This record gives sequence, structure tokens and C-alpha cells, in this order.
Amino acid sequence: MPGSLRRPYDRIVVAAPVTIPYARYSIKSAHWWIGRALKALTEAAGITVRDIDGFCVSSFTLGMDTGIGLTQHFGLCVRWLDHIPLGGASAIAALRRAARAVEAHDADIIACVAGDTNHTDSFRRTLENFSRFSSDAVYPHGAGGANGSFALIARNYMRTYGVKREDLGRIAVSQRANALRNPHALMKTPLTLEQYMAARPIADPIHLFDCVMPCAGAEAFLVMREETAKALGITGAKLLGTIERHNAFGNDPMQVRGGWAMDIDDLYGMAGVKPDDMDFVQTYDDYPVISMMQFEDLGFCKKGEGADFVRGHDLTIDGDFPHNTSGGQLSAGQAGAAGAYIGVTEALRQVLGTAGPTQVKNAKIGLASGFGMINYDRGLSSGAAILAGAAS
Amino acid sequence: MDKSPLQDFAAAIASGKVRIVDLTFTLSPDFPVIVLPPEVGQAMPMRIQRISRYDDAGPGWYWNNITLCEHTGTHFDAPIHWHTGKDLPNNAVDTLPPQDMIAPACVIDCSAEAAKDADFLLTVPMVEAWEAKHGRIPERHWVLLRTDWSKKNFRDYANLKEDGAHTPGPNAEVMRWLVHERGIIGFGTETIGTDWGQAFHLDPPLPAHHYLHGAGRYGLQCLCNLDQLPPTGAMIVSAPLKIENGSGSPLRVLALVSN
Amino acid sequence: MTEPLVRPRRKNPLARTRLPTLPPQWRSRTSHELTRAAAEGRFALQCCAACGHFTYPARDACPVCLSDELVFKDAPHGGTVLSETTLHIPADVYFRERAPWRIGLVKLDAGPTMVAHLHGDSKEGDTVRMSLQIDKAGQPVAFAQPQTETPHMSDDKQWREMTADPKFRRVLVTNGRTVIGQEVVRAMKEAGASIIFVGIADAWKPFPGEAALRAMEGVTIVPLNTADEKSTFDLAADIGAKIDILVNTSEHIRGGGLLDRHGTSTSVDEIEQSYMAFLHLAQAFGPVMRMRGADGVNSAVAWVNILSVYAFANWPQFGQYSAVQAACLSLSQCLRAELRPGGVRVMNVFTGPLDTEWFQTVPPPKLAPRVLATGLVRGLKNGLEDAFIGDVAEEVRQRFAANPKALERELGQ
Repeated sequence: MPGSLRRPYDRIVVAAPVTIPYARYSIKSAHWWIGRALKALTEAAGITVRDIDGFCVSSFTLGMDTGIGLTQHFGLCVRWLDHIPLGGASAIAALRRAARAVEAHDADIIACVAGDTNHTDSFRRTLENFSRFSSDAVYPHGAGGANGSFALIARNYMRTYGVKREDLGRIAVSQRANALRNPHALMKTPLTLEQYMAARPIADPIHLFDCVMPCAGAEAFLVMREETAKALGITGAKLLGTIERHNAFGNDPMQVRGGWAMDIDDLYGMAGVKPDDMDFVQTYDDYPVISMMQFEDLGFCKKGEGADFVRGHDLTIDGDFPHNTSGGQLSAGQAGAAGAYIGVTEALRQVLGTAGPTQVKNAKIGLASGFGMINYDRGLSSGAAILAGAAS
Repeated sequence: MDKSPLQDFAAAIASGKVRIVDLTFTLSPDFPVIVLPPEVGQAMPMRIQRISRYDDAGPGWYWNNITLCEHTGTHFDAPIHWHTGKDLPNNAVDTLPPQDMIAPACVIDCSAEAAKDADFLLTVPMVEAWEAKHGRIPERHWVLLRTDWSKKNFRDYANLKEDGAHTPGPNAEVMRWLVHERGIIGFGTETIGTDWGQAFHLDPPLPAHHYLHGAGRYGLQCLCNLDQLPPTGAMIVSAPLKIENGSGSPLRVLALVSN
Repeated sequence: MTEPLVRPRRKNPLARTRLPTLPPQWRSRTSHELTRAAAEGRFALQCCAACGHFTYPARDACPVCLSDELVFKDAPHGGTVLSETTLHIPADVYFRERAPWRIGLVKLDAGPTMVAHLHGDSKEGDTVRMSLQIDKAGQPVAFAQPQTETPHMSDDKQWREMTADPKFRRVLVTNGRTVIGQEVVRAMKEAGASIIFVGIADAWKPFPGEAALRAMEGVTIVPLNTADEKSTFDLAADIGAKIDILVNTSEHIRGGGLLDRHGTSTSVDEIEQSYMAFLHLAQAFGPVMRMRGADGVNSAVAWVNILSVYAFANWPQFGQYSAVQAACLSLSQCLRAELRPGGVRVMNVFTGPLDTEWFQTVPPPKLAPRVLATGLVRGLKNGLEDAFIGDVAEEVRQRFAANPKALERELGQ
């Protein structure tokens, strides 16, 4: 594996993973959820809001507000501000930008937060107003939203590589098992492969348990230099490597791979590790088929071998390939843009050894990935990060 | 105190000694109008456009705008209507003498003949035969031609064929004779127009119009209820709207009949 | 294979009439070039004038060379279905009521991929014929259907949502006195309309073709004088709730411009018989049609106006006629917007001079009434919004699009 030309992150740590427990529906605003996350960050790090000098936010339901409005809303005085509308790729993008900012001393403590509320009509409104291409050319064709678009991708992928629903079911069923150990997961009942197969169709081949449950919630973490963390007396995970890519493989007639495939050499080269070194993987799981695509594109198996891979591995917390250990979006819930963060905060807890009931034994290094923005016929944004515990 | 004739008249109406017969068709949008070749100007049928009916356009009142031709429905023809009367004095409905608006009538019943023949033509001998029975037609009287045509449905009433309307009416000679030999004030019919349906083919064409208006006399058409009038003795009240320089006017035509 | 449509039964008076809902309506301004193509039944896509690539969805710069010279032009309408899905639980009321609903991703022969409504007889891997259609919201959508005719193809439920097919629908032809009206009746009968109401004004006046019209099976003569407000409202009170397609054949054609006409009564007639007639019909029949836009197989679906193509640019030989037609065109746009909430489309059928008595002195080509009527029904079956029938109408459309000023000058010579 060739080395990367990119400059490694210089003692950048990611700390204080917080999750505001999800709710299926909430009458609160996105601001409330983001405010709770900020408060939880200060408590976790033992700082005040005045110590935060960088702020990065992602949300679909802020209405007319952007990051700047939130500074005044929350009494933040920051010298670095970002607002990332990348959906499921927001967390990785936030992490990358914040890391370089603190590395360059443009800021010292950056709060990266994603949060969304979920009113009874929020999800449909988000679908309806997702993007110009979507409103022009997708949503009026059946209003299937992400389900419809991913159904087209999934069907083509399954046909092309001989993937069966059972194979995807293994991903969903394993995640449910993981979720049962996560007290905050919205899904509280076991799921068998038989139940998965018998679920009602949503948009063929997508069935009920291929879909996430939209909900309200927030996730957040802090990015800082190691010395800052030390001064605060908190432990952070080391950021070893990241990648980010948008609109990759535009000439593929249909999406069978994401941007990761373009950049994995860079990811592992920068981190100085191999896929095999991962103690766990948190993929972006808006649909099991997308997780399977990531197993291939992130180098755990070859393209087209995703089905074999899941057949050959145990994806639960105690298995040989712990995957989406919190239950992921499929079983913990998809709290809007916080869905991008759920893998990163869980990865942080895993390498920091604070994951509690979902803890993978001796987890020292792991990968979290993101995927987002089905602007027209495919997801455009992809990203991944490798995090390691302080001891590694 | 002596009673004036009008007091007697009022008493006669009140007591029913004088009966009032309405000779007028309802002005409705679907009432037939004169049919002319479509490339020439057309008489507009009655149009009723609501202004308000106790609604947002007028919460407490109901009223309509109407548009119609001077010759729509039961109507009056003034001398200016025809080229033969165009240069006469006081020839339009706004200038015609008010005393002409009330005049007695002779009613010639040709309903039996018209029932047999839609192209029935009134002739001088027929009128002479009527005079033999009812006396000579006095000057300044209306002559009303009863055909019972007004009792037909609109399609039979207009009775249009490929060669035009087939409806009863006067021939040329009888019109000349009535106007010039008898000095009638006007001629009235139940049909659309004072003339015969095929009168374009008479000489002169449309002789009722030609002779009546050329002599400053009037026409009434689309009359009904002529069957309720006696051959003589009815008084016709026919006051057209005072339309500036108007050639005619829809109007309410009343007959006063002594019982 | 498409299930043939079943003739609808009489309406159950105890059942609530389903109210119309619409598919998603928002489109970008650029995308409305697709609206124009869909309205006319053309399959047009953006094509880069600099590098020649077709692009879709509508953009404001070419994704290949960043040129902003993206011109919508007719594109090859072939394609291949790469993938399909059946949506069982759509997010939006309109589609949820009509689920399951099939869509596909189509690789166009022209290059781009297109998300499209999928005809029941087209499946993954098939080659398809693509079209742009106006949906119930009046907005453009892509539709993929088999390249060759399949049995009962036009009965496909998704296709029928995009069209105004007269099959099993009840039609009002507002003026049956004219040859145009009578040809429309004939064409509607051929297209499978279940009842054709034919308005006859001034029933006391005979008209050519009357006996044949009265003898025609499935035709019901009704009194209707569209120039008269009360007559129009009276008929709407009787049969308004049964009209699924209204064809406004009110017609009043007179030659002449401004200066050589004496008086205004002919002009008033023109306005009454065309503009006011349209207005009366719209006010009398529009509201109930708008309410019945989702009333089953025989829902209210279309309003058709027959307009002169000289509504776009005045033809002084028929100058005042052209002007009234322009007013009617404008009114049709208002009606279109107001009927949209009901999912009822307004189709304007544009013609050049017709081969009828009022254009007797006009040299050929002139449009035969039968060709007009056939084109009108074809437009309904294909779901058009603007149908230009005949060579003259098509030529005027193109000349107007190219240079309206040139058209004005040349028509005035």
C-alpha cells in the first residue's frame, strides 16, 4: 500500500462524544436538540460555552437559521465557524475541517454538532425540498424519497453482484442485536432473519427493515490539539487518517460504488494501517446495501464480494467483524444530520473504552464512514476516518 | 261634480268593464330573432347579465344588465327603420308623437288560413271581406293580423327552411292599400316581422316595411294573445322606449278591451 | 400485459367523492423548458451548444465543459431501463393514494440517465420510448413505455394519470351546430367516450348535419347557448357534475380588420360568441370539474379550447377575430391555473385556417375539420397541453418561437 503525500494530523484528538437520546417525534426545535448537545459537550469536557472557540453544525431542520444565527442563539463567541450541509457525510467533513483548523491554531476547541428535530411532517418536507435536481426530476416521479432512489440502486447492485435479500438481512439483523445492548436505541425488540424477510415491501427491493426510522436527536464531539485535551484533563481519540470525496465515478451509469473506492489507499496510507487492523467498523447505514458497498469500497473485501463477506463474518459486537455496534441508524434511529455522527461518536466511545454495554473488547482502532446527499440518482458524498485510542 | 272621462275609465278598469290584455312575449334570451344571412349585421337576442343577487356584488339587492337589439322580442318599428321613411320628420322612437302611442285596432282573424298554410298571404279582397262584416277600417287605426302563430313552439314559430322563413303575412298590394286607401296608423303581426316570411321575393321586397314606414306609419310584431281581442273596439297602448334616434324598441303592448 | 379498463359503474351516491390531490409541484425555472416540450408532446433535453452533450436534469451550466449555452432541443427518445422499483409507501398523498407505483432509471440513448414513471408493460432491461408528460400538477415528468404497441397499452393506470383519454369518459361538446363540433363528436365516439352531450343553441334554427347528429347513438342533445349566461348555467346545473371532458367548440369566425368594418356590432358578436362564451362555460362548469378531478375512471380530466394560431400574432385579414382569439388564449391560461388544483388539464388546440365556409376565400393549405377533430383526440390521449394541428399552425408556432416580430410583419403584408 503506497504512502500518502498528505500531511498527517499532528496530535489531533477527538473527544467528548455525546449523544442526546433520540425520540421518534419531538415537538422541540432543532435548536433545542443542538443546544442540549452543546451543553452535554461542556459537561463532558468540564468547560464552559466561552471555552469553545470553534463551532461546526449540521442540521436539516433549522429553518432559516445557519451556523451564524446559532452563535447568538447559544451565546457562542467563536473565531472559526462552519455549517456543513452534507447529510450523511457531514460528520467526517466536520472532523476533517476542524482537525486542520485546530492544528493550525485557527481555533483551540471546536464543537462539532449535528442535530435535528422530527415533527410529524418534517421527514416529508425534507424529502420534498431536498435538492433542485431532486425536486425537478426525482420527487415528482412517485415521491419515493430516499427509499425510491436507493431501491433503484439496490436492485441494480443486487442483480449485478448476485446479492440476495438474506445477505442484506444479515447486516440488519446483526445491528438489531447490537442495538438491544444500546439503552438509547429506539428499536427495543429482537429481529430475526425470518422477520426481516417477511417484512412488508416499501420500494422493491427495499422492505421495512431495510429502512431507518426518522427521529429527533443530536450527536456531538470536540476536536482539539492533544495539549489542549491534556490541559483540560480529558482523554481524546487520535485522528489517524481521513478521506472525503464528492461526485465520484459520475460516468458509472448506476451507482455500484462510492467515492471511498477512489481514496482508500490514501486513507490507510495516511493512517499507516490496513483494513485488517480495524477492531470494529461503523459504516453509514441508511440502507444495508450501502453498508455492504462500503465493506467493498473500504477494502474489507473486493467489489462484488460483499455478500460472501457478510456470509463469512459475524457482524455483532462480540463477532469477528463488529459492525455498527450502537445498532446504527437502522436500529438506533436516524436523527437527521445526526445520522452522520452516530458512527463517529460510537467509534470514539469504542476506542476510548467508554462504550459501556456495546463495548467491543480491546477495541483500540476503528473506522467510521459517512455517505450522503442523493442529489439525483446516487449518493454524492463519501468520507471515512480512522480513530485510535490514546494507548495505540 | 261632473265625472271626467278618465274617472269613468278608471272605474271601468276597476269594475272589469274594461279588460287589459297583454299582447307581449316575455323577453328571454332564447326567443327567436329575425334571421338574416350571417355575413350581414345581426340583431342581438336578449342578454341578461346579473349585476347582483343579494350576494357579494350587492348584498341587499337583485338587478341585471340587459343588452338587446331594438328589434328583439315584442317590438315596435318606427319609420326611420326603413329606407323609405328615413327622411320623414319625427320618424324615430324618441320623436314620434305621443298621441300615436294609443290608438284603436281592427283585428283580422286569419288563424284558420294560417293553420292550413304557413305561407298564407293576406290580400285586399280578404280585407274587403272583413270590412263587409265589420265595417270600413277607420283612419289612424291599427290593423292586427291574427294568425295564432304566437302559440307555436319556437322552432315552428320561426319555421326556417333552407329557403328561409315560412310565416304568414301581407302581400304588397294590401299593404299599399291599407296605408294609402285606409290611412292605418300601423300594422301588427304575431310573427317575427310585419312582413310575410318570404317577403324578400315580393315587389317591393318587404312591402309592409316599405309602405308603412314610407308613409310615417308603424309596425308591431311578435304580438301574442290577439285571439283575446274583438274584431274592432280594442284600444292599443304601445309606447316604445325613448331611445335617441331609435329605429324601434322592445315594449310592453297592452290592449284595452271593453266587455 | 395491461389490464383493460373496466367501464365504470354508476356512481354510488353514498360514497364520498375522492378529492383531487396533486403530485409534487415545484420545479426550477430552467426546468420549465421541459414543461414547454411536454406541453407540446416533444421530448426535448438540454444540449450544450459548445460540446454537444445532452444533459439532464436541467442545469444552468454544462457539466462537461461549463458552457452556459444549454439549449433545449428535441432528443432521441430511446432508452434502456437500468433499474426499476415499485413504490409501496410513497411519501406524498397523491402517490400514496395511487400506490403501488412503478418508476425506473433509464439510460437514454441521448446520454443522461432519467428517473421516469414506468409503464406497466416495461420492465428492467427493456428498451423504452421516453416522453415528457404533463402530470396532474401541470408539471413535466418523464415517462417510459414500450417502444411498440402492447395490448390495451393506453389503459395503463400510470399512463392514464398523464393523459385525458376519452375512453369511458363523458364529454360535452359545447356547440354541435358546426361541422367542427360534429367532427369532434364523431372523433370522441371513436375514442370510446361513454356519453357525448352536444350543446345546441337556438334549437329553433335548423342546421346542417342536424338529422345525423340527432340520430347518433350515445349522443345527447342539450340546449346550450354559450353566449348566454343563464343558458350555460342552467345546463351546468343539470349535467355539470357528469362532464369529464369539456370541448369548447364555440366558434364565431368573421373576416375583417379594424378600419374597413362599420360599427362594432360584429365585434360584439365575436366577443360574445367566443370570449364571453368561454367565460360563461368556465364559470358554470369549471368549479364542479375542478372538484371532480379524482373521481375514479371517469374523473373530470380535461378542458379543451379550439383556438386560432393567430391568437399568437394578429392576422389582419381576420384582425378582430385574431384579437378575440388572443383574449381567449389569455383566458385559457387563467383557467389552466385555476383548474390545476383539481388536476384538470386545459388543452389548447391551435389551428390555422379551417376548410370551412368562413375561410372560403383563403388559399390552401386549410385544415379539414376531421383532421382537427382527430388531432384533438390524439392530443387528449397523449396528454398534451398545447396541440398545434396542421401545417399552418405548426409553421406559425415555429415562426413565433423564432421571431414574433417577423411573424407580425409578414402576416400584415
